[in-house]
Amino acid sequence: MNTSLNWIKEYVPGLNCSAQEYTDKMTLSGTKVEGFECAADNLDKIVVGKILSIDKHPDADKLVICKVDIGKGEPIQIVTGAPNVVVNALVPVVLDGGRVAGDHDGHKTPGGIEIKAGELRGVMSNGMMCSIEELGSSKDYYPEAPDNGIYIFDEDVEVGSDAIKALGLDDVTHEYEITSNRVDCYATIGIAIEAAATFDKEFKMPEIKETGNSENASDYISVEVKDNKLCSRYIARVVKNVKIGPSPKWMQRRLKGVGIRPINNIVDITNYVMEEFGQPMHAYDLSTVEDNKIVVRTADNGEKFTTLDGQEHELTNDILMICDGKKPIGIAGIMGGENSMITDSVKTVLFEAACFDGTNIRLSSKKLGMRTDASGKFEKGLDPNTALLAINRACQLMEELDAGEVVGGMVDVYPNVRTGNEVKFEPEKINKLLGTDVSKEDMIKYFEKVFLTYDAATGMIKVPSWRQDIHCMADLAEEVARFYGYDKIPMTLPGGESTMGGKNKSQIVRDKAKNAARFNGFSEAMCFSFESPKVFDKLCIDAADPIRNAITILNPLGEDYSIMRTLSLEGILTSLSLNYAHRNKAVALYEMAKVYLPKELPLKELPEERMKLTLGMYGMGDFFEMKGAVEDILNECGVRANLKYEAVKDIPYLHPGRAAKIFAGNVELGLIGELHPQVAGNYDIKEKVYIAVLDMDDIVKLSDYDIKYQGLAKFPAITRDLSLLTEKSVLAGDIEACIRRNGGEYLEKVELFDVYEGDRIAEGFKSLAYSVSFRALDKTLEDSIVNKQMDIIINELKALGAQLRQ
Amino acid sequence: MNDKLREIKEKAIKQIAESEDLGRLNDARVEFLGKKGELSQMLKSMKDLTEEERPKFGQLVNETRQAIEDFLEETKKKLENKELSLKLEKEVIDVTLPAKKINVGAKHPCTLALEEVERIFSGMGYEIVEGPEIEKDYYNFEALNIPANHPAKDEQDTFYINSDIVLRTQTSPVQVRTMEKGKLPLRMISPGRVFRSDEIDATHSPSFHQIEGLIVDKNVTLADLKGTLEMFAKEMFGENTRVKFRPHHFPFTEPSAEMDVSCFKCGGKGCRFCKGSGWIEILGCGMVHPNVLNMCNIDPDEYSAFAFGVGLERIALLKYEIDDLRLLYENDDRFLKQFK
Repeated sequence: MNTSLNWIKEYVPGLNCSAQEYTDKMTLSGTKVEGFECAADNLDKIVVGKILSIDKHPDADKLVICKVDIGKGEPIQIVTGAPNVVVNALVPVVLDGGRVAGDHDGHKTPGGIEIKAGELRGVMSNGMMCSIEELGSSKDYYPEAPDNGIYIFDEDVEVGSDAIKALGLDDVTHEYEITSNRVDCYATIGIAIEAAATFDKEFKMPEIKETGNSENASDYISVEVKDNKLCSRYIARVVKNVKIGPSPKWMQRRLKGVGIRPINNIVDITNYVMEEFGQPMHAYDLSTVEDNKIVVRTADNGEKFTTLDGQEHELTNDILMICDGKKPIGIAGIMGGENSMITDSVKTVLFEAACFDGTNIRLSSKKLGMRTDASGKFEKGLDPNTALLAINRACQLMEELDAGEVVGGMVDVYPNVRTGNEVKFEPEKINKLLGTDVSKEDMIKYFEKVFLTYDAATGMIKVPSWRQDIHCMADLAEEVARFYGYDKIPMTLPGGESTMGGKNKSQIVRDKAKNAARFNGFSEAMCFSFESPKVFDKLCIDAADPIRNAITILNPLGEDYSIMRTLSLEGILTSLSLNYAHRNKAVALYEMAKVYLPKELPLKELPEERMKLTLGMYGMGDFFEMKGAVEDILNECGVRANLKYEAVKDIPYLHPGRAAKIFAGNVELGLIGELHPQVAGNYDIKEKVYIAVLDMDDIVKLSDYDIKYQGLAKFPAITRDLSLLTEKSVLAGDIEACIRRNGGEYLEKVELFDVYEGDRIAEGFKSLAYSVSFRALDKTLEDSIVNKQMDIIINELKALGAQLRQ
Repeated sequence: MNDKLREIKEKAIKQIAESEDLGRLNDARVEFLGKKGELSQMLKSMKDLTEEERPKFGQLVNETRQAIEDFLEETKKKLENKELSLKLEKEVIDVTLPAKKINVGAKHPCTLALEEVERIFSGMGYEIVEGPEIEKDYYNFEALNIPANHPAKDEQDTFYINSDIVLRTQTSPVQVRTMEKGKLPLRMISPGRVFRSDEIDATHSPSFHQIEGLIVDKNVTLADLKGTLEMFAKEMFGENTRVKFRPHHFPFTEPSAEMDVSCFKCGGKGCRFCKGSGWIEILGCGMVHPNVLNMCNIDPDEYSAFAFGVGLERIALLKYEIDDLRLLYENDDRFLKQFK
């Protein structure tokens, strides 16, 4: 939404502030100004001049010497190359030391260009006559300007007067961010009301006069609305003997101030009224309206229609159409039809001001891929009461501009009149909500500024129908707050019962896991939750694997972001890949984030979201360092159960000989392994990559920080070394488990301290050396007890295939 | 005899004083104080003395021994110190050689910012609550006073799974779910991932993080909201930070506001960082709309509530002066390691 400050001042005559002041104060009272542009920012010392004479330049064929009357003193001499200068022309002249905005090709120079008196080919020139482009605008807004040359006023302006003002360039365009609740502020009038309230000035509503001859519009047209929900009001008025022509300068300047180009009087009037009241209007050539009848109905499925921009559209039965007795002539609220558009030969115009359902217009406009100025306004949901003001205003302007003869009366289909809301006025509650002490009287004063009136008899605040945002006490409180001043509301801290803040157990465990990962050298990554369905192929996952059943986004940004991940690896691997491509030598990353597992597809209920800690590294460490990190993390997470690793060969993205499932007791917590070289290749990483994925939800369930102190040992331990020889296929984990299982009540510690494979032992065998400690808490152990236990262990180890090494 | 003793003493003191190391000192100790040493010899000669002379002489011998022992001990300490100093001198290292570090990873800048926010609000009694990222339309919109076809739904550019299930566009649904449980008073913040269909560029991402805060209690006011958020801003951005509240609109709060903080780079004078305005837009907030409270079965006549929402990435970008949002999701080690 844009406004022209000059236009605003027409309704708030007392408004006297700089563009910046306006911006700041309006923003603080709730009408957020995003920025402003002063058309005259870089224009200085520019007056209206009258060319008195034109003489040839003695030394240049393309230059002429003009004597120009600038209203005071002697006429000044200006040398120009402009082709269109004529004697008696009134032109904008920038005087010596003045500034223009840019060159005549329309290129603007920041800060403007200073113009100084000087010689041109030996002849003194004391200023410059300006083209509209040099003044920072264009022929788009000043259609009377020549294609190439000096701007020549086509109206009578006073010689010597301020040319910037005469051209309407003394205006400021403010741009707003209007929030969706303030539909009324998509209109200059709406903003003007806010400005008047903000600056505490009087708001002056434009006077709308009765217009029309003695005829009656209903003799020209009838209106039938078939869907009163989608079209809550439809007003038709008729103007005959229409004379198409340019609109007056004042109207063109107003439209320029909000960035609208002048076209002709009828288009300009509808645009003017749309900007002024926020009500889009449409004009039809009445001669094209068959049966002199307007029917408002929804389209038929598959119906085709060509809009006035020449585009053909296929319609559906939820799109509202304006039709005549036989055929559609416009898409309601979006764009008129080619078949009924105004041409220069139009005689009689049918004006339409209607109120269409905002949601319907928004959806239709989306469906048709057409967003017009009109649909942009309608989709906010307009006040049907504004339609009457707007159409009468338009007819009044038709009359004032002598653009046609307005036919008396109107056809107004408005079965359910919209009235404004009424809200109970509860000043104490308002103060209680705001934490303020504003008097009832002051509140009423604030309300009245924006036409909310207090009815002392009923205790109600009457809300005008254009304020669709006020329904309850809190809405009134906002009006009070913004006119009292958000900045004046005190700053206090909430009292009341105190509450226990902070994190819950699962958040604490997650933090511990993240810290442990970090202290093991992993940096934290953040990746997207959605990814490409191709991820499964990259990870070499079988086509029939149920893990491929991912939730699909209906409207993704593209295929690459179209499914919700069921595996957490893609993010980390892509990040490692990026690091590898950036030649970062050794990188270790972790991510703490969710995967999304649908219970069924298509999704009927919310999926299961599981928190995963995913670790990945290349260029450093090996399987066992990753394993160390995992154990450190699990330990920090308070997982007390014994960890077990079960070698797995069938995880498609992991090295079949270097992968394991991680168990704590019987609970599977995740995976660890070397990335399958093929998968690493798919991610363009030409090094060994180690990964681990841990399920945080299960870890949290196992997490236990309930530690009990055990008395420090008072009696000595007995330690025996056990050097074993086994076939390579025997797992160290099984041997250790066997020792523990058979260690008896005094077994304290089992530690593997050496692994050897090589020349000194038979091929296919390995040597494992354990240190096994026994201790009793209440006595000094006797050797004989330990010996007996060791015999049992050794015996059981034999059964496992592990012999004592000689 | 006395002369003899004096002579021994002098001789001993001299020899002790001349000992240059602990070995020589020990030699002296053996020579004078040992079993076969001179003083022992003197004691042995006591048998030649009379009964009266003996005690006096014994005492004299002991005094001499004590004097020698004291001096010996003193000298020993000196020598030991000297030897230690010599040893330490030889052990000198180049302290400017590089440190041996364990390789610790870095936290993500968003996590750093989040931890700050969590610390501040935890301290004020706010519990940290999380919820589903794939959310029911009801919780993401309807329960937040955004009915079907409300334009705000378009504004938020929602990713849909189907007509009832969306990727949450805000973490407010967690607040609704928590309010529904009915435990009051309530102070909570809900951080987490949210999704909006924005194309990826230097300032937009389709996936980002929000922290939304909520307090529900009797007598909570807009003034309390202002005070709380001012305190937050000062903690987060520095003691000299000033705040400015501008009226705004959100469907789930009324009255609503946006909060700006004075530019922490220029202190509010206006610079390139704050685009000359001296202020930086930080968050949206407001008093929870009575419709929202009603839908959660909280009586708006008895309870009031305020809520606020802040984008984590925005804070991280501002606080750490990161100029491209995409860096946060590339996870380049050289980027991440700067946040250690």
